[in-house]
Amino acid sequence: MKFKEKAMEILFLLAACVSILAVALICIFLFANGIPAIKEIGLFDFLLGKEWRPGNDIYGIFPMILGSIYVTAGAVLIGVPLGLLMAIFMARFCPMPLYKILHPAVELLADIPSVVYGFFGLVVIVPWVRDTFDGTGSSIFTASVLLGIMILPTIIGVAETSIRAVPDSYYEGARALGATHERSVFFTVVPAAKSGIMAGIVLGVGRAIGETMAVIMVAGNQARMPAGLFKGIRTLTANIVIEMGYATDLHREALIATGVVLFVFVLIINLLFSVLKRRSAE
Amino acid sequence: MKYDKKEIINRSSFKKTVIEYLKNPFSLFLWLLVVLAAVITVVILGFLIGYILIKGIPHLTPELFAWEYNSDNVSMMPAIINTLIMIAITMVIAVPLGVFSAIYMVEYAKKGNKIVNIVRITAETLSGIPSIVYGLFGMLFFVVALGWGYSILAGAFTLSIMVLPTIMRTTEEALLSVPDSFREGSFGLGAGRLRTVFKIVLPSAVPGILSGIILSIGRCVGETAALMYTAGTVTSAANSLFSSGRTLAVHMYSLSREGLHTDQTYATAVVLLIIVMIINFISGFIAKKLAK
Repeated sequence: MKFKEKAMEILFLLAACVSILAVALICIFLFANGIPAIKEIGLFDFLLGKEWRPGNDIYGIFPMILGSIYVTAGAVLIGVPLGLLMAIFMARFCPMPLYKILHPAVELLADIPSVVYGFFGLVVIVPWVRDTFDGTGSSIFTASVLLGIMILPTIIGVAETSIRAVPDSYYEGARALGATHERSVFFTVVPAAKSGIMAGIVLGVGRAIGETMAVIMVAGNQARMPAGLFKGIRTLTANIVIEMGYATDLHREALIATGVVLFVFVLIINLLFSVLKRRSAE
Repeated sequence: MKYDKKEIINRSSFKKTVIEYLKNPFSLFLWLLVVLAAVITVVILGFLIGYILIKGIPHLTPELFAWEYNSDNVSMMPAIINTLIMIAITMVIAVPLGVFSAIYMVEYAKKGNKIVNIVRITAETLSGIPSIVYGLFGMLFFVVALGWGYSILAGAFTLSIMVLPTIMRTTEEALLSVPDSFREGSFGLGAGRLRTVFKIVLPSAVPGILSGIILSIGRCVGETAALMYTAGTVTSAANSLFSSGRTLAVHMYSLSREGLHTDQTYATAVVLLIIVMIINFISGFIAKKLAK
């Protein structure tokens, strides 16, 4: 009996260690396969090189880094105001019967697979952009709009929770001083939830920068420096998926190194997120 | 949820509300902003789902569900079978791992245990890693280093790591919500820790664990980037764990990439959407049960 207890405890401990092992393995395999390529290409040529021509052994991922940053920034510009206002609505304005419909609706928005979003972008947003503005329709703008929609549920979820967590006394105090419901919510409750809202935005940024399939389907994927809001772009994630299928040797390693760069980006964002979350918990 | 205060506000008559808003045009503006945001969000969701359903449902033909795939019928049946196999294997791997590690963190580890802190940080890291990075890792580790090739097994292992933090977190929350008096009662009757965990604590935590599992299944169904270079894109149903096969989401991506079968792509999107909606409904149902 004693033995069984001890054995099971060790088994549970081993299971708990699997996630440590997984993170360690991910780091080791990505870095071990990616770093040699960065060394061979040269760190600066790789990160700041403006040309990506695998045929000529020129591997500069600066266009893709910019592409990821532009598209993510666009998604934040569209998704954050909308998501934040929606979160305020859901936390402080929405009557209960409506909330019972809206809450599952927002969850559904989070559950829709990214291919379906991408396909929707491809058949609806791309033609609309093509007809309304110039260009082919596959562009930074299109990808930003689509990603802005995709990060909505993330931002809404975190922001709503943190707005709800603000003590009622803040709201009551503002009301007692004669502020209207709207002013009380916007100028006392929302500022008090600031770090939680920031955490939500950072989480949304993480989602946007890591999104792959939906972006590939609407961004055009030209591996060149961004040429304009309505011109095509390729992100770091798209670079990996598009070329990994046929890449060999240094080309393949350069793609894995692209993944390493993305991984480092995401780790920094995660770190930021946990710092913000800890601050909002205090 | 605190709605009482708002109801008191809402009780003011319509006329009074209008007068108040006319006195405070800025408040009216803020109110319009939030309502507008809500309307836009709902319209986007409604339009997305409506558009796909309307365009896709007419193309849900019997040929699309033929047992064999060929380039004429572009059947999604093999992809559906692959998806089911993939989910089953992923859950077989991830659920015990996730539940066991949650048991360790909640029931066994003492406060301030270093390992628990590290596990928590790594789980948080895992949940933030984008699926394409999982895909890369799966390709480097399972497909190449372990020599499994593009296979269902490599895909399932990759997905297991991906959903592990979700299962761990939900199980942990479920275990923490079991009152300590249950454990004390069990110990008091002379049961050991192991028996207490399996006979007393786990059964009361089942709904919470289940909601985590359903959430993970939803992620597996929609996953594409992590599977393209681990499970591959072969169109037929897998006949062994080491054969390659595309899941429904990968199938849909390939179809839309080829661009030859737009109607069938719509139909595939409908099937994916319906699966996701069912999963969403079930998890909402369980959440409601939990709240009671």
